[in-house]
Amino acid sequence: MNLGKIYALALRHLYLISNSLPRIIDLIYWPTVQIFLWGFISKFFTLNSDYYSNTVGIILTAAILYDFLFRVSISFNMMFLEEIWSRNFTNLFIAPIRLSEMIASLTFTAILRALIGMVPAAIIAIPLFGVSVFELGLPLLFLLLSLYLFGVTLGLLVTSGLLRFGPSFENIAWASLFFLAPLGCIYYPLEILPISLQFIAKGLPLVHIFEEMRNILLNDAVNYFDIFKAISISILYFVLGVIIFYASFYGAKVRGTLINMGE
Amino acid sequence: MFIQIKNLSKKYKNTLAVNNINFSIEKNRTLGLLGPNGCGKTTSIGMMLGLIKPTSGEILIDNKNIESFKRDEILSRINFASPYIELPKKLTVRQNLEVYGRLYGIKDLKSRIEEISEDLDIKNFFNRKTGELSSGQKNRVSLAKSLINKPEILFLDEPTASLDPDIGDFVRTYIQKYRLKNQVTVLLASHNMNEVERLCDSIIMMKNGEIIDRGTCEEIIKKHGRNNLEETFLKLARGKNESR
Repeated sequence: MNLGKIYALALRHLYLISNSLPRIIDLIYWPTVQIFLWGFISKFFTLNSDYYSNTVGIILTAAILYDFLFRVSISFNMMFLEEIWSRNFTNLFIAPIRLSEMIASLTFTAILRALIGMVPAAIIAIPLFGVSVFELGLPLLFLLLSLYLFGVTLGLLVTSGLLRFGPSFENIAWASLFFLAPLGCIYYPLEILPISLQFIAKGLPLVHIFEEMRNILLNDAVNYFDIFKAISISILYFVLGVIIFYASFYGAKVRGTLINMGE
Repeated sequence: MFIQIKNLSKKYKNTLAVNNINFSIEKNRTLGLLGPNGCGKTTSIGMMLGLIKPTSGEILIDNKNIESFKRDEILSRINFASPYIELPKKLTVRQNLEVYGRLYGIKDLKSRIEEISEDLDIKNFFNRKTGELSSGQKNRVSLAKSLINKPEILFLDEPTASLDPDIGDFVRTYIQKYRLKNQVTVLLASHNMNEVERLCDSIIMMKNGEIIDRGTCEEIIKKHGRNNLEETFLKLARGKNESR
């Protein structure tokens, strides 16, 4: 892989962000709104629920982690959609950049975009609601890694859909994460789901990530095996996502959709 | 021959977009690709750019099948400009050239951008966003991007479409001079017959996915007994409806 080319594509998106104040505000605005919304809900539950009475802000921590996943995935999709919207798709695909370099660049830039929004929001939550996601300690890094990999995977699957079906797949791009959210057990334990759905949910890394988050915050204990399981499942999905992306690219070449793709 | 197209076909479900075409281009020559809309020009260019997978046939560059090159190896030797594709609108001209220069792995990028901007007279709007430019300015920026890597093979799809005569002439003159100076092989698709006559060493005419004639402009005009390439184009494009 050529780092210069990975940087070049990242630079294209960094310029896009730095050229536009509304874009920067947009990146920060939504995570911050999420923090406020879930912060108040979390506060209400903390005062009125036995389940959460021992751990202030468990819901808010879940909201922050879920938003991180959401931002990574949406950022990945957005960067691909930007190429379609700006009718730059053909220029990009005739440039001498390998698909692996393209994925690496989008993966790298996605986390930058996500962090631009998430870091201020996570910091705001500390004085405002007395909730610090950093209380999760070292395991936080592993949970974020797993979320990051899964977020990128979802991005890869959506961009594969864009390659396969063209810009009309855009609406699915926005809906993709909401589809998985109920099965992710983000705000509630796995037992809430019907048995049949529990079986499916266990196949997603989200359940293991958020169950472990609750375990750390409620029991003050870390189960590294569960974290390892979450990362392993995420890696598995990531590899699958990369394979599907390559297959979609090949399919797009056969169907001729790479040329003149635009709104 | 530098570029050889052998029995190239592309079929989309029930539509045969390109039907068994054969042609070649010598190094440092310009070939015009002519034909009515939907005749298969864009599909042919798409296959040569590696964006479309041929159903059958071969594309050889320097006697080597394009499929056997590594993607970045072959793409660093070619480039493409078309008014139907654009550069990111929210990036400035300088930023766009920098991004593409880096994507093409250009050494001493700063001086290359300087050189090409000077040549194409784009320096006075260098820091403006590309989306804010006039079509003539955008066209020159797009051409600058397509030449940033000093391509050995340049694909141009209607490079002067929607330009006023003055800018159109500037672009044609520039392409002509650039080709002579830099030894580049050009495939030009155009509906502007004056442009084709001025820039192309030879032409091929396509219709319904097939090549229906080929030769130099003079040969083809003479062969069909017309006065100029425009009349010849109309004769060939309209085919048996010509008498109407």
